[in-house]
Amino acid sequence: MSGADMSGSGSDAPLVFIEVRRGAATPGSLALLATARRLAGAAAAVVCGPDSEHVARTLPGYGADEVWFADQPTFDAELPGPIIDAVAGLIVARGFATVLLETSVAAVEVAASLSARFDAGVNWDLQDVEMRDGQMVGTRLALGDTVVVDVGWTGELRLASFRLGVGEPVEQQVPGSVQRLEPSISSRALRTTIHERRDSTHEGAQLVDAAVIVAGGRGVRDAASLQLLEALASALGGMVAVSMPLVDRGWYPVSAQVGQTGQKVRPRLYIACGISGSLAHRVGMEKSGTIIAINSDPSASIFGLCDAGVVGDLHEVVPELTRLIRARRAAEASAAG
Amino acid sequence: MGAKICVCLKVVPRAEVQLRIEEATHRLDRSGASELNPADEYAIEEALSIAASLDAEVVAVSMVPLSGVETLRHALALGVDRVVAISDVSLAGADMVVTSRVLAKFLEREAPDVIVLGSQAMDGRGAMLGGAIGQHMDLPVMSGVRSARVEGGRLRATRLSADGEVVLETTMPCVVALSGSANVPRYPSFRDIVTSKRKDISVISAADLGLVPSESGPAGSRTHVIGIAPRPVRQADAEIFVGEDGAAAFLVDVLDRAGLT
Repeated sequence: MSGADMSGSGSDAPLVFIEVRRGAATPGSLALLATARRLAGAAAAVVCGPDSEHVARTLPGYGADEVWFADQPTFDAELPGPIIDAVAGLIVARGFATVLLETSVAAVEVAASLSARFDAGVNWDLQDVEMRDGQMVGTRLALGDTVVVDVGWTGELRLASFRLGVGEPVEQQVPGSVQRLEPSISSRALRTTIHERRDSTHEGAQLVDAAVIVAGGRGVRDAASLQLLEALASALGGMVAVSMPLVDRGWYPVSAQVGQTGQKVRPRLYIACGISGSLAHRVGMEKSGTIIAINSDPSASIFGLCDAGVVGDLHEVVPELTRLIRARRAAEASAAG
Repeated sequence: MGAKICVCLKVVPRAEVQLRIEEATHRLDRSGASELNPADEYAIEEALSIAASLDAEVVAVSMVPLSGVETLRHALALGVDRVVAISDVSLAGADMVVTSRVLAKFLEREAPDVIVLGSQAMDGRGAMLGGAIGQHMDLPVMSGVRSARVEGGRLRATRLSADGEVVLETTMPCVVALSGSANVPRYPSFRDIVTSKRKDISVISAADLGLVPSESGPAGSRTHVIGIAPRPVRQADAEIFVGEDGAAAFLVDVLDRAGLT
Protein backbone atom coordinates (compact mmCIF):
# COMPACT_ATOMS: atom_id res chain seq x y z
CA MET A 1 0.00 0.00 0.00
CA SER A 2 1.28 3.48 -0.67
CA GLY A 3 0.14 7.04 -0.40
CA ALA A 4 -1.31 6.81 -3.89
CA ASP A 5 -3.79 4.17 -2.73
CA MET A 6 -5.51 6.49 -0.30
CA SER A 7 -8.81 6.74 -2.09
CA GLY A 8 -11.09 7.98 0.67
CA SER A 9 -13.15 11.08 0.28
CA GLY A 10 -10.71 13.00 2.45
CA SER A 11 -11.47 14.18 5.95
CA ASP A 12 -10.33 17.42 7.51
CA ALA A 13 -10.82 16.14 11.04
CA PRO A 14 -7.68 14.62 12.56
CA LEU A 15 -8.05 11.00 13.62
CA VAL A 16 -7.20 10.46 17.29
CA PHE A 17 -5.96 7.04 18.39
CA ILE A 18 -7.68 6.41 21.72
CA GLU A 19 -6.00 4.08 24.21
CA VAL A 20 -7.81 2.14 26.91
CA ARG A 21 -6.57 1.34 30.42
CA ARG A 22 -8.74 -0.51 32.88
CA GLY A 23 -11.88 -0.02 30.85
CA ALA A 24 -11.56 3.73 30.25
CA ALA A 25 -9.87 6.00 27.72
CA THR A 26 -6.51 7.29 28.93
CA PRO A 27 -6.50 11.00 29.87
CA GLY A 28 -3.65 11.62 27.42
CA SER A 29 -5.53 10.25 24.44
CA LEU A 30 -8.75 12.05 25.45
CA ALA A 31 -6.75 15.28 25.60
CA LEU A 32 -5.82 14.78 21.94
CA LEU A 33 -9.50 15.12 20.98
CA ALA A 34 -9.31 18.70 22.23
CA THR A 35 -6.05 19.14 20.31
CA ALA A 36 -7.77 17.91 17.14
CA ARG A 37 -10.68 20.34 17.58
CA ARG A 38 -8.24 23.18 18.13
CA LEU A 39 -6.42 22.24 14.91
CA ALA A 40 -9.35 21.59 12.61
CA GLY A 41 -12.60 22.38 14.43
CA ALA A 42 -13.55 18.71 14.38
CA ALA A 43 -12.25 15.40 15.72
CA ALA A 44 -12.53 11.75 14.76
CA ALA A 45 -11.51 8.88 17.01
CA VAL A 46 -10.68 5.20 16.75
CA VAL A 47 -10.51 2.81 19.68
CA CYS A 48 -9.75 -0.93 19.64
CA GLY A 49 -10.06 -3.64 22.26
CA PRO A 50 -12.55 -5.78 24.11
CA ASP A 51 -14.09 -2.82 26.01
CA SER A 52 -13.96 -0.46 23.08
CA GLU A 53 -17.69 -0.06 22.35
CA HIS A 54 -18.33 1.20 25.86
CA VAL A 55 -15.32 3.54 25.63
CA ALA A 56 -16.34 4.70 22.14
CA ARG A 57 -19.72 5.87 23.44
CA THR A 58 -18.01 8.14 25.98
CA LEU A 59 -15.91 9.94 23.34
CA PRO A 60 -18.49 12.39 21.95
CA GLY A 61 -18.48 13.76 25.50
CA TYR A 62 -14.90 14.91 24.82
CA GLY A 63 -15.53 16.36 21.37
CA ALA A 64 -15.30 13.35 19.03
CA ASP A 65 -17.66 13.90 16.09
CA GLU A 66 -17.07 10.51 14.51
CA VAL A 67 -16.01 7.44 16.46
CA TRP A 68 -15.05 3.98 15.23
CA PHE A 69 -14.41 1.00 17.46
CA ALA A 70 -13.12 -2.54 16.85
CA ASP A 71 -13.99 -5.05 19.56
CA GLN A 72 -13.55 -8.38 17.79
CA PRO A 73 -11.79 -11.09 19.84
CA THR A 74 -8.49 -10.51 17.98
CA PHE A 75 -8.20 -7.07 19.58
CA ASP A 76 -6.14 -6.68 22.73
CA ALA A 77 -4.34 -3.61 24.01
CA GLU A 78 -1.14 -5.68 24.34
CA LEU A 79 -1.14 -6.74 20.67
CA PRO A 80 -0.71 -3.76 18.34
CA GLY A 81 -0.70 -5.87 15.14
CA PRO A 82 -4.48 -6.10 14.54
CA ILE A 83 -4.89 -2.53 15.81
CA ILE A 84 -2.45 -1.30 13.14
CA ASP A 85 -4.46 -3.07 10.43
CA ALA A 86 -7.73 -1.59 11.70
CA VAL A 87 -6.38 1.97 11.87
CA ALA A 88 -4.66 1.65 8.49
CA GLY A 89 -7.89 0.40 6.90
CA LEU A 90 -9.80 3.31 8.39
CA ILE A 91 -7.23 5.82 7.13
CA VAL A 92 -7.57 4.44 3.60
CA ALA A 93 -11.36 4.22 3.70
CA ARG A 94 -11.95 7.71 5.07
CA GLY A 95 -8.94 9.55 3.68
CA PHE A 96 -7.60 10.90 6.95
CA ALA A 97 -4.61 13.21 6.53
CA THR A 98 -3.64 13.62 10.19
CA VAL A 99 -3.38 11.06 12.98
CA LEU A 100 -2.72 12.06 16.60
CA LEU A 101 -1.38 9.48 19.07
CA GLU A 102 0.14 9.19 22.52
CA THR A 103 3.65 7.83 23.03
CA SER A 104 2.81 4.57 24.80
CA VAL A 105 4.49 1.33 23.73
CA ALA A 106 1.45 0.36 21.65
CA ALA A 107 0.92 3.81 20.13
CA VAL A 108 4.57 4.05 19.11
CA GLU A 109 4.27 0.73 17.32
CA VAL A 110 1.07 1.89 15.60
CA ALA A 111 2.64 5.19 14.51
CA ALA A 112 5.82 3.51 13.27
CA SER A 113 3.97 0.90 11.30
CA LEU A 114 1.61 3.43 9.69
CA SER A 115 4.64 5.55 8.81
CA ALA A 116 6.30 2.70 6.92
CA ARG A 117 3.04 1.48 5.37
CA PHE A 118 2.01 4.88 3.97
CA ASP A 119 5.46 6.52 3.54
CA ALA A 120 4.17 9.08 6.04
CA GLY A 121 6.22 11.39 8.24
CA VAL A 122 6.05 10.84 11.97
CA ASN A 123 7.14 13.44 14.50
CA TRP A 124 7.10 12.19 18.05
CA ASP A 125 7.59 13.28 21.64
CA LEU A 126 5.55 16.35 20.69
CA GLN A 127 4.31 18.92 23.19
CA ASP A 128 1.76 20.53 20.90
CA VAL A 129 0.68 21.09 17.30
CA GLU A 130 -0.81 24.15 15.63
CA MET A 131 -1.63 25.49 12.18
CA ARG A 132 0.75 28.17 10.91
CA ASP A 133 0.07 29.70 7.50
CA GLY A 134 -1.97 26.65 6.56
CA GLN A 135 0.77 24.22 7.58
CA MET A 136 0.72 21.94 10.59
CA VAL A 137 3.67 22.63 12.88
CA GLY A 138 4.60 20.50 15.86
CA THR A 139 6.75 21.50 18.82
CA ARG A 140 8.95 19.26 20.88
CA LEU A 141 11.72 19.72 23.41
CA ALA A 142 15.25 18.51 22.74
CA LEU A 143 18.76 18.44 24.20
CA GLY A 144 17.61 17.62 27.70
CA ASP A 145 14.52 19.82 27.27
CA THR A 146 16.66 22.97 26.89
CA VAL A 147 15.51 23.89 23.38
CA VAL A 148 12.16 23.98 21.60
CA VAL A 149 12.18 22.48 18.11
CA ASP A 150 9.49 23.29 15.55
CA VAL A 151 8.91 20.38 13.19
CA GLY A 152 6.90 19.94 10.03
CA TRP A 153 5.63 17.22 7.72
CA THR A 154 5.76 16.67 3.97
CA GLY A 155 3.57 14.15 2.21
CA GLU A 156 -0.11 13.28 2.30
CA LEU A 157 -0.39 11.73 5.74
CA ARG A 158 0.93 13.34 8.95
CA LEU A 159 1.51 11.28 12.07
CA ALA A 160 1.90 13.19 15.34
CA SER A 161 2.82 11.34 18.50
CA PHE A 162 2.70 13.26 21.77
CA ARG A 163 4.77 13.02 24.91
CA LEU A 164 2.80 11.29 27.64
CA GLY A 165 0.87 13.55 29.93
CA VAL A 166 1.19 16.83 28.04
CA GLY A 167 -2.52 17.58 27.73
CA GLU A 168 -5.71 17.60 29.76
CA PRO A 169 -9.00 16.06 28.64
CA VAL A 170 -11.64 18.70 27.87
CA GLU A 171 -15.30 17.79 28.37
CA GLN A 172 -17.33 19.14 25.44
CA GLN A 173 -20.39 17.19 24.34
CA VAL A 174 -20.96 16.94 20.58
CA PRO A 175 -23.63 14.86 18.78
CA GLY A 176 -21.12 12.28 17.58
CA SER A 177 -21.68 9.09 15.60
CA VAL A 178 -20.35 5.73 16.86
CA GLN A 179 -19.72 2.87 14.43
CA ARG A 180 -18.23 -0.62 14.62
CA LEU A 181 -15.28 -1.34 12.32
CA GLU A 182 -15.05 -4.69 10.57
CA PRO A 183 -11.36 -4.60 9.67
CA SER A 184 -9.50 -7.21 7.70
CA ILE A 185 -6.50 -8.43 9.67
CA SER A 186 -3.22 -9.45 8.00
CA SER A 187 -1.55 -12.77 8.74
CA ARG A 188 1.45 -10.87 10.13
CA ALA A 189 -0.72 -9.33 12.81
CA LEU A 190 -1.97 -12.72 13.95
CA ARG A 191 1.47 -14.27 14.39
CA THR A 192 2.02 -12.68 17.81
CA THR A 193 0.02 -14.09 20.70
CA ILE A 194 -0.19 -13.62 24.44
CA HIS A 195 1.47 -16.49 26.23
CA GLU A 196 0.81 -15.30 29.76
CA ARG A 197 -0.34 -12.27 31.75
CA ARG A 198 1.19 -11.70 35.16
CA ASP A 199 -0.95 -9.19 36.93
CA SER A 200 0.75 -7.60 39.84
CA THR A 201 -1.36 -7.79 42.97
CA HIS A 202 0.74 -5.20 44.77
CA GLU A 203 -1.22 -2.23 46.04
CA GLY A 204 0.94 -0.06 43.75
CA ALA A 205 -1.79 -0.58 41.17
CA GLN A 206 -3.50 2.38 42.83
CA LEU A 207 -0.38 4.52 42.79
CA VAL A 208 -2.12 6.90 40.39
CA ASP A 209 -4.68 7.70 43.08
CA ALA A 210 -2.18 8.40 45.87
CA ALA A 211 -2.12 11.98 47.22
CA VAL A 212 1.40 11.56 48.56
CA ILE A 213 4.16 9.49 46.96
CA VAL A 214 7.59 8.78 48.43
CA ALA A 215 9.76 7.51 45.60
CA GLY A 216 13.13 5.75 45.72
CA GLY A 217 15.79 5.54 43.02
CA ARG A 218 19.33 4.43 42.37
CA GLY A 219 20.55 6.32 45.44
CA VAL A 220 18.76 3.90 47.78
CA ARG A 221 21.53 1.75 49.26
CA ASP A 222 19.83 -1.63 49.41
CA ALA A 223 16.43 -3.29 49.37
CA ALA A 224 16.12 -3.05 53.16
CA SER A 225 16.54 0.73 53.01
CA LEU A 226 13.25 0.95 51.15
CA GLN A 227 11.66 0.41 54.57
CA LEU A 228 12.80 3.94 55.44
CA LEU A 229 10.71 5.20 52.53
CA GLU A 230 7.78 3.00 53.51
CA ALA A 231 7.84 4.46 57.01
CA LEU A 232 7.81 8.02 55.67
CA ALA A 233 5.01 7.20 53.23
CA SER A 234 3.01 5.67 56.05
CA ALA A 235 3.53 8.73 58.27
CA LEU A 236 2.29 10.98 55.45
CA GLY A 237 -0.57 8.69 54.45
CA GLY A 238 1.03 8.02 51.09
CA MET A 239 2.51 5.24 49.02
CA VAL A 240 5.99 4.19 47.89
CA ALA A 241 7.04 4.30 44.26
CA VAL A 242 10.36 3.49 42.63
CA SER A 243 12.28 4.36 39.48
CA MET A 244 13.14 1.71 36.93
CA PRO A 245 16.60 0.67 38.23
CA LEU A 246 15.07 -0.60 41.48
CA VAL A 247 12.52 -2.68 39.59
CA ASP A 248 15.34 -4.07 37.48
CA ARG A 249 17.17 -5.06 40.67
CA GLY A 250 14.07 -6.88 41.83
CA TRP A 251 13.69 -4.69 44.93
CA TYR A 252 10.14 -3.58 44.18
CA PRO A 253 7.32 -4.68 41.87
CA VAL A 254 6.86 -3.11 38.50
CA SER A 255 3.41 -1.87 39.50
CA ALA A 256 5.18 0.66 41.75
CA GLN A 257 7.37 2.01 38.97
CA VAL A 258 6.97 5.64 37.98
CA GLY A 259 8.29 6.89 34.66
CA GLN A 260 8.05 6.52 30.93
CA THR A 261 7.75 2.73 31.06
CA GLY A 262 5.84 2.76 34.33
CA GLN A 263 3.00 4.78 35.75
CA LYS A 264 2.31 8.48 35.29
CA VAL A 265 1.37 10.03 38.60
CA ARG A 266 0.43 13.49 39.80
CA PRO A 267 0.08 13.42 43.59
CA ARG A 268 -0.16 16.58 45.68
CA LEU A 269 3.26 15.77 47.14
CA TYR A 270 6.08 13.78 45.51
CA ILE A 271 9.22 13.15 47.53
CA ALA A 272 12.03 11.86 45.29
CA CYS A 273 14.70 10.07 47.31
CA GLY A 274 17.94 9.20 45.57
CA ILE A 275 16.38 9.81 42.16
CA SER A 276 18.59 11.65 39.69
CA GLY A 277 15.66 12.93 37.64
CA SER A 278 16.29 11.41 34.21
CA LEU A 279 13.85 12.46 31.55
CA ALA A 280 12.40 8.93 31.53
CA HIS A 281 11.49 9.33 35.20
CA ARG A 282 10.34 12.95 34.96
CA VAL A 283 7.77 12.05 32.33
CA GLY A 284 6.02 10.02 35.02
CA MET A 285 5.95 12.59 37.84
CA GLU A 286 6.66 16.15 36.67
CA LYS A 287 2.97 17.09 36.95
CA SER A 288 2.97 16.47 40.70
CA GLY A 289 1.88 19.35 42.93
CA THR A 290 4.85 19.88 45.22
CA ILE A 291 8.07 18.05 44.37
CA ILE A 292 10.73 17.54 47.02
CA ALA A 293 14.11 16.00 46.20
CA ILE A 294 16.61 14.38 48.54
CA ASN A 295 19.84 13.45 46.79
CA SER A 296 23.50 13.40 47.78
CA ASP A 297 24.58 14.55 44.31
CA PRO A 298 24.19 18.35 44.07
CA SER A 299 24.33 18.17 40.25
CA ALA A 300 21.40 15.76 40.00
CA SER A 301 18.93 17.13 37.47
CA ILE A 302 16.02 16.55 39.85
CA PHE A 303 17.16 19.74 41.63
CA GLY A 304 16.20 21.68 38.50
CA LEU A 305 12.68 20.31 38.68
CA CYS A 306 11.83 20.25 42.37
CA ASP A 307 10.23 22.93 44.52
CA ALA A 308 12.52 22.22 47.45
CA GLY A 309 15.50 19.95 47.89
CA VAL A 310 18.06 18.60 50.29
CA VAL A 311 21.58 17.81 49.17
CA GLY A 312 22.32 15.05 51.62
CA ASP A 313 22.12 11.36 52.43
CA LEU A 314 18.56 10.12 52.19
CA HIS A 315 19.34 7.34 54.68
CA GLU A 316 19.79 10.00 57.35
CA VAL A 317 17.27 12.62 56.22
CA VAL A 318 14.30 10.32 55.56
CA PRO A 319 14.15 8.65 59.03
CA GLU A 320 14.53 12.03 60.73
CA LEU A 321 11.76 13.52 58.60
CA THR A 322 9.56 10.53 59.46
CA ARG A 323 10.26 11.06 63.15
CA LEU A 324 9.36 14.77 62.99
CA ILE A 325 6.13 14.10 61.11
CA ARG A 326 5.11 11.32 63.49
CA ALA A 327 5.85 13.61 66.45
CA ARG A 328 3.70 16.29 64.83
CA ARG A 329 0.85 13.82 64.28
CA ALA A 330 1.11 12.60 67.87
CA ALA A 331 1.02 16.19 69.19
CA GLU A 332 -2.03 16.96 67.03
CA ALA A 333 -3.77 13.82 68.25
CA SER A 334 -3.19 14.65 71.90
CA ALA A 335 -4.27 18.28 71.34
CA ALA A 336 -7.47 17.07 69.68
CA GLY A 337 -8.04 14.44 72.39
CA MET B 1 22.51 -21.99 6.64
CA GLY B 2 23.08 -21.17 10.27
CA ALA B 3 20.92 -18.97 12.41
CA LYS B 4 21.58 -15.25 12.45
CA ILE B 5 20.71 -12.39 14.79
CA CYS B 6 21.00 -8.78 13.66
CA VAL B 7 21.25 -5.90 16.08
CA CYS B 8 20.72 -2.28 15.00
CA LEU B 9 23.04 0.23 16.66
CA LYS B 10 23.23 3.97 16.87
CA VAL B 11 26.29 6.14 17.42
CA VAL B 12 25.60 9.21 19.56
CA PRO B 13 27.68 12.10 20.92
CA ARG B 14 29.48 11.13 24.13
CA ALA B 15 27.58 11.84 27.30
CA GLU B 16 30.07 14.50 28.41
CA VAL B 17 29.94 16.40 25.11
CA GLN B 18 27.87 19.57 25.28
CA LEU B 19 25.17 18.88 22.71
CA ARG B 20 24.72 21.53 20.06
CA ILE B 21 22.45 21.87 17.08
CA GLU B 22 23.97 23.34 13.91
CA GLU B 23 22.12 26.48 13.01
CA ALA B 24 22.39 26.10 9.25
CA THR B 25 21.18 22.51 9.01
CA HIS B 26 19.15 22.15 12.22
CA ARG B 27 21.01 18.90 12.78
CA LEU B 28 22.82 17.66 15.84
CA ASP B 29 26.49 18.63 15.71
CA ARG B 30 28.26 15.27 15.48
CA SER B 31 31.80 16.62 15.16
CA GLY B 32 32.68 15.86 18.78
CA ALA B 33 33.58 12.55 20.42
CA SER B 34 31.02 9.82 19.96
CA GLU B 35 30.00 6.62 21.69
CA LEU B 36 27.60 3.78 21.20
CA ASN B 37 24.09 4.69 22.35
CA PRO B 38 24.25 3.36 25.92
CA ALA B 39 20.91 1.55 25.52
CA ASP B 40 22.39 -0.39 22.59
CA GLU B 41 24.65 -2.31 24.96
CA TYR B 42 21.48 -3.97 26.25
CA ALA B 43 20.49 -4.77 22.68
CA ILE B 44 23.89 -6.35 22.01
CA GLU B 45 23.67 -8.36 25.23
CA GLU B 46 20.16 -9.59 24.38
CA ALA B 47 21.27 -10.44 20.82
CA LEU B 48 24.27 -12.38 22.13
CA SER B 49 22.16 -14.30 24.61
CA ILE B 50 19.51 -15.21 22.01
CA ALA B 51 22.33 -16.14 19.62
CA ALA B 52 23.91 -18.43 22.22
CA SER B 53 20.73 -20.49 22.42
CA LEU B 54 20.58 -20.84 18.62
CA ASP B 55 24.31 -21.08 17.98
CA ALA B 56 23.75 -18.07 15.72
CA GLU B 57 25.99 -15.48 14.14
CA VAL B 58 25.47 -11.92 15.43
CA VAL B 59 25.68 -9.09 12.91
CA ALA B 60 25.49 -5.45 13.97
CA VAL B 61 24.39 -2.72 11.58
CA SER B 62 24.38 1.02 11.99
CA MET B 63 23.60 4.02 9.85
CA VAL B 64 26.45 6.27 10.85
CA PRO B 65 28.60 9.13 9.52
CA LEU B 66 32.10 8.00 8.47
CA SER B 67 33.55 9.79 11.51
CA GLY B 68 31.57 7.46 13.80
CA VAL B 69 32.43 4.12 12.19
CA GLU B 70 35.31 3.34 14.58
CA THR B 71 32.93 3.78 17.53
CA LEU B 72 31.18 0.61 16.37
CA ARG B 73 34.32 -1.42 17.17
CA HIS B 74 33.05 -1.64 20.72
CA ALA B 75 30.37 -4.04 19.45
CA LEU B 76 33.11 -6.35 18.13
CA ALA B 77 34.83 -6.27 21.53
CA LEU B 78 31.55 -7.26 23.16
CA GLY B 79 31.32 -10.38 20.98
CA VAL B 80 29.43 -9.35 17.85
CA ASP B 81 30.79 -11.38 14.92
CA ARG B 82 30.49 -8.81 12.17
CA VAL B 83 29.76 -5.06 11.98
CA VAL B 84 28.40 -3.27 8.94
CA ALA B 85 28.30 0.53 8.76
CA ILE B 86 25.95 2.15 6.28
CA SER B 87 27.68 5.44 5.70
CA ASP B 88 26.77 7.92 3.05
CA VAL B 89 26.70 11.72 2.99
CA SER B 90 23.27 11.59 1.39
CA LEU B 91 21.93 9.97 4.58
CA ALA B 92 22.78 12.94 6.81
CA GLY B 93 19.61 14.25 8.39
CA ALA B 94 17.59 11.18 7.39
CA ASP B 95 14.28 10.96 9.23
CA MET B 96 12.63 7.83 10.59
CA VAL B 97 11.01 6.98 7.26
CA VAL B 98 14.37 6.98 5.49
CA THR B 99 16.32 5.35 8.32
CA SER B 100 13.88 2.46 8.62
CA ARG B 101 13.82 1.97 4.84
CA VAL B 102 17.63 1.86 4.60
CA LEU B 103 18.00 -0.52 7.54
CA ALA B 104 15.18 -2.75 6.25
CA LYS B 105 16.88 -2.96 2.87
CA PHE B 106 20.08 -4.16 4.52
CA LEU B 107 18.24 -6.54 6.84
CA GLU B 108 16.31 -8.10 3.96
CA ARG B 109 19.64 -8.99 2.42
CA GLU B 110 20.94 -10.52 5.66
CA ALA B 111 17.67 -12.37 6.35
CA PRO B 112 18.23 -12.78 10.11
CA ASP B 113 16.03 -14.89 12.39
CA VAL B 114 15.72 -12.10 14.94
CA ILE B 115 16.32 -8.33 14.69
CA VAL B 116 17.07 -6.62 18.00
CA LEU B 117 16.94 -2.86 18.70
CA GLY B 118 17.79 -1.01 21.88
CA SER B 119 15.60 1.74 23.20
CA GLN B 120 16.31 5.37 23.54
CA ALA B 121 14.58 5.75 26.80
CA MET B 122 13.67 9.36 26.22
CA ASP B 123 11.91 9.33 22.89
CA GLY B 124 11.07 5.71 22.14
CA ARG B 125 13.05 5.87 18.94
CA GLY B 126 14.05 2.21 19.15
CA ALA B 127 10.42 1.13 19.21
CA MET B 128 9.66 3.54 16.38
CA LEU B 129 12.40 2.11 14.17
CA GLY B 130 11.54 -1.46 15.11
CA GLY B 131 7.88 -0.97 14.25
CA ALA B 132 8.72 0.58 10.90
CA ILE B 133 11.31 -2.07 10.03
CA GLY B 134 8.79 -4.79 10.86
CA GLN B 135 6.26 -3.17 8.55
CA HIS B 136 8.76 -2.81 5.70
CA MET B 137 9.80 -6.46 6.03
CA ASP B 138 6.32 -7.81 6.89
CA LEU B 139 7.66 -9.27 10.15
CA PRO B 140 5.95 -9.39 13.54
CA VAL B 141 7.19 -6.83 16.06
CA MET B 142 7.39 -6.99 19.84
CA SER B 143 8.36 -3.73 21.51
CA GLY B 144 8.91 -2.46 25.04
CA VAL B 145 10.58 -5.83 25.70
CA ARG B 146 12.55 -6.47 28.90
CA SER B 147 13.77 -9.96 28.04
CA ALA B 148 13.50 -12.34 25.12
CA ARG B 149 14.39 -15.98 24.54
CA VAL B 150 13.72 -18.73 22.05
CA GLU B 151 11.22 -21.32 23.23
CA GLY B 152 10.06 -24.18 20.99
CA GLY B 153 11.09 -22.44 17.79
CA ARG B 154 9.23 -19.25 18.70
CA LEU B 155 10.47 -16.07 20.30
CA ARG B 156 9.02 -15.36 23.71
CA ALA B 157 9.31 -11.84 25.15
CA THR B 158 8.32 -10.23 28.43
CA ARG B 159 7.23 -6.65 28.69
CA LEU B 160 5.62 -4.38 31.24
CA SER B 161 1.93 -3.73 31.05
CA ALA B 162 -0.39 -1.43 32.94
CA ASP B 163 -1.29 -4.28 35.29
CA GLY B 164 2.05 -6.02 35.65
CA GLU B 165 3.79 -8.02 32.97
CA VAL B 166 2.74 -9.73 29.80
CA VAL B 167 4.58 -12.52 28.01
CA LEU B 168 4.23 -12.42 24.23
CA GLU B 169 5.17 -15.09 21.75
CA THR B 170 5.72 -14.85 18.02
CA THR B 171 7.11 -16.66 15.02
CA MET B 172 10.62 -16.07 13.73
CA PRO B 173 11.87 -14.11 11.89
CA CYS B 174 10.71 -11.18 13.98
CA VAL B 175 11.70 -7.78 15.36
CA VAL B 176 12.33 -7.15 19.06
CA ALA B 177 12.61 -3.58 20.38
CA LEU B 178 13.81 -3.46 23.98
CA SER B 179 12.72 -1.16 26.77
CA GLY B 180 15.39 0.62 28.83
CA SER B 181 17.64 -1.65 30.85
CA ALA B 182 16.69 -5.13 29.77
CA ASN B 183 19.70 -7.05 31.14
CA VAL B 184 23.21 -6.64 32.50
CA PRO B 185 25.58 -5.90 29.62
CA ARG B 186 28.95 -7.64 29.71
CA TYR B 187 32.27 -5.80 29.85
CA PRO B 188 34.82 -6.60 27.19
CA SER B 189 38.06 -8.13 28.44
CA PHE B 190 41.40 -6.66 27.45
CA ARG B 191 41.85 -9.58 25.08
CA ASP B 192 38.44 -8.95 23.49
CA ILE B 193 39.40 -5.34 22.89
CA VAL B 194 42.75 -6.27 21.36
CA THR B 195 41.12 -8.90 19.14
CA SER B 196 38.47 -6.48 18.01
CA LYS B 197 41.15 -4.15 16.65
CA ARG B 198 42.12 -6.79 14.12
CA LYS B 199 38.61 -7.27 12.76
CA ASP B 200 37.22 -5.33 9.82
CA ILE B 201 34.15 -3.15 9.84
CA SER B 202 32.62 -3.13 6.39
CA VAL B 203 31.35 0.21 5.18
CA ILE B 204 28.66 0.32 2.52
CA SER B 205 26.63 3.11 0.91
CA ALA B 206 22.92 3.53 0.26
CA ALA B 207 23.63 2.89 -3.41
CA ASP B 208 25.29 -0.44 -2.49
CA LEU B 209 21.90 -1.44 -1.10
CA GLY B 210 20.21 -0.56 -4.39
CA LEU B 211 18.58 2.57 -2.99
CA VAL B 212 18.14 5.62 -5.18
CA PRO B 213 18.41 9.20 -3.83
CA SER B 214 14.63 9.72 -3.93
CA GLU B 215 14.34 6.89 -1.37
CA SER B 216 17.39 7.49 0.80
CA GLY B 217 18.34 11.14 0.28
CA PRO B 218 16.78 14.25 1.79
CA ALA B 219 13.90 13.94 -0.73
CA GLY B 220 12.88 10.70 0.96
CA SER B 221 12.34 12.28 4.35
CA ARG B 222 8.76 13.10 5.34
CA THR B 223 9.54 15.30 8.33
CA HIS B 224 11.78 18.31 8.72
CA VAL B 225 12.92 20.78 11.32
CA ILE B 226 11.51 24.28 10.83
CA GLY B 227 13.33 26.08 13.59
CA ILE B 228 14.99 25.81 16.96
CA ALA B 229 14.85 28.21 19.87
CA PRO B 230 16.03 28.11 23.47
CA ARG B 231 13.26 26.97 25.76
CA PRO B 232 11.74 29.78 27.78
CA VAL B 233 13.38 29.12 31.12
CA ARG B 234 11.04 27.95 33.78
CA GLN B 235 12.51 29.82 36.72
CA ALA B 236 13.85 27.10 38.97
CA ASP B 237 13.16 28.79 42.28
CA ALA B 238 13.79 25.67 44.29
CA GLU B 239 14.85 26.13 47.88
CA ILE B 240 17.87 23.91 48.44
CA PHE B 241 19.23 22.87 51.83
CA VAL B 242 22.72 21.40 51.94
CA GLY B 243 23.68 18.80 54.54
CA GLU B 244 21.87 16.34 56.77
CA ASP B 245 21.73 18.27 60.06
CA GLY B 246 18.54 20.28 60.13
CA ALA B 247 17.43 19.00 56.74
CA ALA B 248 14.35 17.23 58.08
CA ALA B 249 13.22 20.36 59.97
CA PHE B 250 13.73 22.37 56.77
CA LEU B 251 11.49 19.93 54.86
CA VAL B 252 8.80 20.02 57.54
CA ASP B 253 8.80 23.81 57.19
CA VAL B 254 8.45 23.49 53.39
CA LEU B 255 5.52 21.09 53.84
CA ASP B 256 3.92 23.41 56.38
CA ARG B 257 4.08 26.37 54.03
CA ALA B 258 2.62 24.27 51.20
CA GLY B 259 -0.19 23.16 53.49
CA LEU B 260 0.85 19.54 53.20
CA THR B 261 1.38 18.51 56.80
